[in-house]
Amino acid sequence: MNEFVSTLVKGLGNGSIYALLALGFVIIYKSMRVISFAQPAFMMVGATLVSYLVLEMNFFVAVLVALALTALLGIGVERVALRPMIGKPVFVVAIITLGIDIAIRTVTNVYIGLEIRQMGDPWGLEQVEIFGVPVDQRHLATLITTMVVVTALFAFFRYSRMGLAMRAASYDQEVALAQGVSVGWVFALSWAIAGVLAALAGVFLSVGVGLEQTLWLTALKALPVIILGGLDSLGGAVVAGLSIGVFEALVGTYGADVAPFLGGDFFLVVPYLLMLLVLLVRPYGLFGAREVERI
Amino acid sequence: MSLLARLGRPELYTSYKQDMALLNTPAKRIWTGVIVLVALVLPFTLTDDLLIVLATGFIAAIGAIGLNIVTGYAGQVSLGHAFFLAIGAYTAAVLSGDPDSTRLIGFGITSLPVWLLASGLAAGLAGLIVAPLVARLRGLYLAIVTLGLVFIGEHIWKHWKALTGGVGVGRPAAVPELFGINLAVDGPSYTRAQKLYLLAFVLLVIFGVLARNLVRSRTGRALAAVRDRDIAAEVIGVDVTRYKMVAFAVSSFYAGIAGSLLYVMIGFIEPSSFNLGLSVQYIAMILIGGVATISGSIMGALFITLLPRLTRELPAVLPFISGSATTGGLTVFTVETVLYGLLIIVFLIFEPRGLYGIWVRIRNYWKSWPFSH
Repeated sequence: MNEFVSTLVKGLGNGSIYALLALGFVIIYKSMRVISFAQPAFMMVGATLVSYLVLEMNFFVAVLVALALTALLGIGVERVALRPMIGKPVFVVAIITLGIDIAIRTVTNVYIGLEIRQMGDPWGLEQVEIFGVPVDQRHLATLITTMVVVTALFAFFRYSRMGLAMRAASYDQEVALAQGVSVGWVFALSWAIAGVLAALAGVFLSVGVGLEQTLWLTALKALPVIILGGLDSLGGAVVAGLSIGVFEALVGTYGADVAPFLGGDFFLVVPYLLMLLVLLVRPYGLFGAREVERI
Repeated sequence: MSLLARLGRPELYTSYKQDMALLNTPAKRIWTGVIVLVALVLPFTLTDDLLIVLATGFIAAIGAIGLNIVTGYAGQVSLGHAFFLAIGAYTAAVLSGDPDSTRLIGFGITSLPVWLLASGLAAGLAGLIVAPLVARLRGLYLAIVTLGLVFIGEHIWKHWKALTGGVGVGRPAAVPELFGINLAVDGPSYTRAQKLYLLAFVLLVIFGVLARNLVRSRTGRALAAVRDRDIAAEVIGVDVTRYKMVAFAVSSFYAGIAGSLLYVMIGFIEPSSFNLGLSVQYIAMILIGGVATISGSIMGALFITLLPRLTRELPAVLPFISGSATTGGLTVFTVETVLYGLLIIVFLIFEPRGLYGIWVRIRNYWKSWPFSH
């Protein structure tokens, strides 16, 4: 039972990281109809910045500064590489983001170096007991932060003026323009938010275990998450992120006993298999909007 | 009609056959002849290491043509090309592998045509199995699902040690034996590089012409219709699902052929090399070369394959770039990867038609020279 609960918390902790990343993908998708493959790069940039800033200042201040810098990077990238591509086929734009990812990540890797970088966070690998079950502090911190951020984000979209503008632009860009919404600002803001979310995910991913170059592969787990939840559903991203995290943790803990022939790291491909299975039944994910085509 | 009468009037056709010819203008015939001639002279003038790079480029071009058929002509974005390349590579390696080995599976069939065709068919079959699933999906959903294939494949290659040898160990690539001659070792009259180069070139010509003929046939037009507007295509009687499956099968067949030969050049297959990066490399080839063009695929493949070779010359020109991987700072490898990323961005922003587009602009300029229109 104890093992089950701690697996669950681990799954929720990892799942909230996937949810943060997936939210970034979905926000960009909703504003530009493009999947940004540059998210892994933003994630690495955020985590790397924290690992350097923390040498100078408090961890929490370092995180805030890193988030702000990553947001600026997001805005810059959107302005330079994405703005000229408005109206071009989405696939071409998606490949541009792949190019951005390769370029930024390579430069970041130079700063990460070959060693594991410590994040200087207050949690480390310490555990805390909840109802007699030992649970990693970092997983709890991730889960709580994600819940706060997601609530703030949903409130922003629901109640603020800019949130309304973003929803309008995602619904119909031209009509939004006609109503006085600055669609350019919407693009910039969605890249900034996506950058912040990715950076936050990067920080929590490397908290405790440290930051290394191969960590970016985890960001790709957000891809099955967004497909599972539906490309244009914010709620779907959160639900799918958490459930994939939990499912993955369960397979990681119990998979070796049930089906040892699949290999000890079978949980790594679980998200993708889950995605394939769901798509067999629902081609637009669990919560995605069905595309309606005019003939 | 004599050549003289047609000179200066390249687009004058007097028969339907002439209009439909593969090389329908004298300029195309002459330049294709020149390129083929140069390509045949090269192995006797260039050094062996360059020849191997070029041969790798030719084989990569076969794979790029395959990807262009599904992504460029049929409009179905596939990030799963690495998966099909892997299937080709392993089919070939297993068929021609050492049958006495206790560590790896092998059947000892070293005849090149046999394993080449088999690996193409195996990959094509895999494409056909995947196709009904992916034919239901569109756009970015499709791209990510095909990406999922790569990750699932990676997992299989990592754990099926009897097939792949395992990460970090790998297994030897297929043995290319043609008419009893092993092409992968130095022979009495030709070196290994010369033989592999010629093999790659001949195969590229064969598969290039095949693909060119496919895309200008009924099937090719159907694929283009599916790409441009699938609903409209369905309305005019194109069986969309069927043609999507055809596109996937043909594309995977090409990938299988390319995969089986690609690793013959290095002589070795590492299971972790079939990753997302490889798929992206092929996408980059067709985007930089030119979407929905055969010649563009070849140009793009050569460009991407030669890029590392070119950047390796950089430290000699720019002293602040370090040539060794161990010292920190700006190394050739960093520059190469960054350059690769930036090139993709720059090409897509400034010349969406890729190298082929640049070629078309040059051609059009000289067509009406000295006038601008």
